[in-house]
Amino acid sequence: MSAENARRVLLSEWTKIRSVRSTLWTLVTAIVVTVALGMLISGLIGHNFDDLSPHERMTFDPTFISFAGTSLGQLALIAFGILVVSNEYSTGMIRASLTAVPVRGVLMAAKLAVAAALALVVGMVTSFLAFFLGQSVLGEHSTDIGQPGVLRAVFGGGLYMGLIALFAMGAAWTLRSPMLSFGILIPFFFLISGILANVPATEKVGHYLPDQAGSRVMRVMDDGEQPYGPWAGLLIMTIWVVGALLAGYAVLRKRDA
Amino acid sequence: MIELAGLTKRYGRTTAVQDLTFSVRPGVVTGFLGPNGSGKSTTMRMILGLDHPSAGQVRIDGRRYHQLADPLTHIGALLEAKAVHPGRTAYHHLLCLAQSNDIPLRRIDDVLDLVGLAGVAKKRPKGFSLGMGQRLGIASALLGDPRILMFDEPVNGLDPEGIQWIRNLMKRLAAEGRTVFVSSHLMSEMALTADHLIVIGQGRLLADTSMARFIEENARTFVRVRSPDHERLRAALERAGGRPRQCPDGSLEIEDLPAARVGELAAENDVVLHELSHQQASLEEAFMRLTHESVEYHARAGR
Ligand SMILES: Nc1ncnc2c1ncn2[C@@H]1O[C@H](COP(=O)(O)OP(=O)(O)OP(=O)(O)O)[C@@H](O)[C@H]1O
Ligand SMILES: [Mg+2]
Repeated sequence: MSAENARRVLLSEWTKIRSVRSTLWTLVTAIVVTVALGMLISGLIGHNFDDLSPHERMTFDPTFISFAGTSLGQLALIAFGILVVSNEYSTGMIRASLTAVPVRGVLMAAKLAVAAALALVVGMVTSFLAFFLGQSVLGEHSTDIGQPGVLRAVFGGGLYMGLIALFAMGAAWTLRSPMLSFGILIPFFFLISGILANVPATEKVGHYLPDQAGSRVMRVMDDGEQPYGPWAGLLIMTIWVVGALLAGYAVLRKRDA
Repeated sequence: MIELAGLTKRYGRTTAVQDLTFSVRPGVVTGFLGPNGSGKSTTMRMILGLDHPSAGQVRIDGRRYHQLADPLTHIGALLEAKAVHPGRTAYHHLLCLAQSNDIPLRRIDDVLDLVGLAGVAKKRPKGFSLGMGQRLGIASALLGDPRILMFDEPVNGLDPEGIQWIRNLMKRLAAEGRTVFVSSHLMSEMALTADHLIVIGQGRLLADTSMARFIEENARTFVRVRSPDHERLRAALERAGGRPRQCPDGSLEIEDLPAARVGELAAENDVVLHELSHQQASLEEAFMRLTHESVEYHARAGR
């Protein structure tokens, strides 16, 4: 495929994304929820810092606290990833898309590239906003971007959000139906993964779930619970993402549209 | 030109399309006729590479669908099921299709004008009526100014004026030398538009013939006559060399005597007539006979 061909398909996918309002709203929601919730929790902790136990004060991670909204805000990015892909199936648009771009890998790659780039930009904006606004309300307990590991955590937070959206897209190419995708992904990332990573019986395995491993990069202080470092954690998440995308591609290639 | 060779599609244990081999030629409207569930839509989806054939293949101007560069400029299709995002305006729907196939953007306004949707270009199709949705699908098919057009039941949801419009559109496209392939389950509709006819039943090819030939072979004409004394009438007709057939409603059908002769015979024999009419069996009946036989045959063969 020529570069000119790739440019056209990318442009077409960009038109598709920007012309559906509901999809764009998920991105706005992701920013607002993550930043606002992060500020709220940072503010509460900043005010009640003296109530924390000595151990909690020792391991206090002002960077990670400002990302407290991620657990909820990421759901909006997951929704974005699901909608971008599964709406093609639920509306029948996939038939128009595949008659226009019949080489399925090309269609998928272009959609992923555009949607992931957008999610990454939104993720970065969210992450930096959450950090700076979170620090501003933490007051005397705040840190700054120049401290060791902080820039890595903030930048990593943006990558995390881009990756979680990509994972959702891979899952949606595999599952196709929006109901099924939402029904599986939202409860999983909102509840199940957190439970698995914190219940003693399953925590060893739970640490290797995509969001658990990926969010390690947002911590500056190592609490010693996860058996890998920040970049290794992000790599584990990336492996999950690649797996989901390969599964999605296999389904797209094999099944009737 | 669309060429199918041994095209077959199985869904689990049901065979939707079986060993279809035919060509759709340019310059004429080719009707694709079959009762509900006979495999028309499945065949069309396979032509577009949306469904993978279980066996056989399709060529579009000699190439496989995915080998076409900018396929929308070669073949445009209106499918049975909606293929539009209801939250994306008509204009943006056409824009994303045009961009992917390097179609000049002025074509968007041209086709919206042509199908009569210029006024709602900036509206989202979720508020469109069935007919407007259908028109947007037709606009998508025409967007790339393709030499081959395929319409799956295009008159669905259109009002009489819309039906007239699509008929004329298809004829005009064919007159411009394009290949036009249109499906329907109504013979009467096809008789008005199609020059060539492909009939399938239960996924199998039943007829591949010109419309004129089909009419000639199947449009049976006969005389219907009704009388309170049909025994005497029948005897008179038989003496004159006719072979009247008794109908369940008590009337007689005669194929080998003209209406005038039947009237004369009745008068000569002093038989009172309650009806004397010239009849033409509808093409619809011919079509039903053709497909019904296939259904029966397969039901028995399946045992
Ligand atoms: N995705 C599918 N999975 C299973 N069976 C299918 C699928 N699509 C079609 N079929 C079956 O294949 C057969 C042909 O269906 P198809 O829709 O092609 O018929 P059709 O000629 O277009 O009918 P209609 O006039 O009602 O539109 C039917 O028996 C249908 O149930
Ligand atoms: Mg159909």
